[in-house]
Amino acid sequence: MTDRADSRTGSSRRHFLAAGASTVAAPAFARAPDAGLRDARAQAIDPRAPVPLTLDINGREQRVALDARTTLLDALREHLGLTGTKKGCDHGQCGACTVLVEDRRVLSCLTLAASVENRPVTTIEGLAKQNGELHPMQQAFIDQDAFQCGYCTPGQIMSAVACVNEGHANSDADIREYMSGNLCRCAAYPNIVAAVNQAKVVMKTAMKD
Amino acid sequence: MQPFVFERVDSPAAAVRAAAGARSGSATQNPVQYLAGGTTLLDLMKLDVMRPQGVVDINALDVTPLGRIEATRAGMRLGALVRMADAADNPSIRRDCPMIAQSLKLAASQQIRNMASLGGNVLQRTRCPYFRDVSYSECNKRNPGSGCAAMNGFNRDHAVLGASPQCIATYPGDFAQALMALDATVQTIGPDGGRALRFAGLHRPPGDTPDVETTLRAGEMIASFEVALAPWMRRSLYLKIRDRESYEFALASAGVALDLRDGRVADARIALGGIATVPWRARAAEDALRGQPVGDAAFEEAADRAFAEARAATHNAFKVPLGKQTLIRALRDAAALEI
Repeated sequence: MTDRADSRTGSSRRHFLAAGASTVAAPAFARAPDAGLRDARAQAIDPRAPVPLTLDINGREQRVALDARTTLLDALREHLGLTGTKKGCDHGQCGACTVLVEDRRVLSCLTLAASVENRPVTTIEGLAKQNGELHPMQQAFIDQDAFQCGYCTPGQIMSAVACVNEGHANSDADIREYMSGNLCRCAAYPNIVAAVNQAKVVMKTAMKD
Repeated sequence: MQPFVFERVDSPAAAVRAAAGARSGSATQNPVQYLAGGTTLLDLMKLDVMRPQGVVDINALDVTPLGRIEATRAGMRLGALVRMADAADNPSIRRDCPMIAQSLKLAASQQIRNMASLGGNVLQRTRCPYFRDVSYSECNKRNPGSGCAAMNGFNRDHAVLGASPQCIATYPGDFAQALMALDATVQTIGPDGGRALRFAGLHRPPGDTPDVETTLRAGEMIASFEVALAPWMRRSLYLKIRDRESYEFALASAGVALDLRDGRVADARIALGGIATVPWRARAAEDALRGQPVGDAAFEEAADRAFAEARAATHNAFKVPLGKQTLIRALRDAAALEI
């Protein structure tokens, strides 16, 4: 899938590492077979002990050590410097934190970082091509004026990309139903539907190429 | 959120071993909780309503039969780790029993349906605001013996069927209504091996122990649901009435399947949601329909029977007429289906 390839190369402009000491870029490395077991043991003594994790974010391997309570949302924003993913309600009711895990849209606020270890995660920072060319959905949101304050927009766009790829964007009614998990308090809904309609055509064409 | 020990397992046996730390009490009270989609568990952990000391991530088990939908001689087996979105889009389910697919599609949002497992979905906890907000000390479900703040509080969303003086919290799910109507079987695995039970025996009415919500034991996990299907169940649907058109819990819902022969109701399956403390089979309504000519007279009689025992609290009396109208409309729509 074209989008997938784009998201994995990512944009160099957006690729940076958080200064946090817990984050290091690393080449592919083999996790010791008993590493999970050892982590569990260390954590069993002190549940607050950090859990070493390897995350796959926008095609890039990230090694972090996080409190087991850390959600994927907080790992992205607070530990990896990827603040494009937004925290709205933090309870799975607004969709602002939507990201893709293995190309499926999920809520990062209700996902533990530890539970997506080694599973590819795509965030809004991973959508544009390396040369800066926006994803058709990002461009469509601009063209159709599909936001006002913009806070829900990264979640809307991630959700919309998945909505098209799932085949759930065949009619306006379908789009409204399958985008209902993303709330927009500015009520840009009609323009969001228009953006999804614009992008789905471009995305289908891109997939055929 | 309270600290917990996180463990990921790659086999059902390892899962059960990891969760068997405290082998007493009910599943919801077990200090070790299974994590699948996490859409209920993490939400309630953030709210401090659930405070497990251990979390066992079972998502890697989706490569086992727990993650599959399979045809059986009598119908189908739905693995407990199948995600709601996948079951909702499954062509066989949509064709052979639309009620199941619709109950899933009309629940939550696509993000949540991508995450939430079928097993976790039927075990989701109530949305009662007094249960979810720990600043209220009175909640028999959360603090046994403390009282019920909803009884004399704001109880518009609460149950009119199956309540007790201790609890009127509504069971919030939709898929469970389909499983109730179809008389599904639940297969479990647990520290004592596995067992099969009727879905109707999974949830417990609140009675004097609203904190014990299911008959699952500590460390016991749902492995699959088995549903027996008859060809006439293609004439089925799930109707959900709510405050907004999408991404909302039911105020009233009805899952119905009708076997129509020569203008009469040969058999009927009916379950109701949004109005009861547990997934609710409306057997009296089914009995009222059997043998009757298809039409509003029979449907209205069935709806009256379904709510004969209803008892309203301060703000939820509207659910009785709404629930009846929801059932009548569901029956009308099902009878009109071309199958």
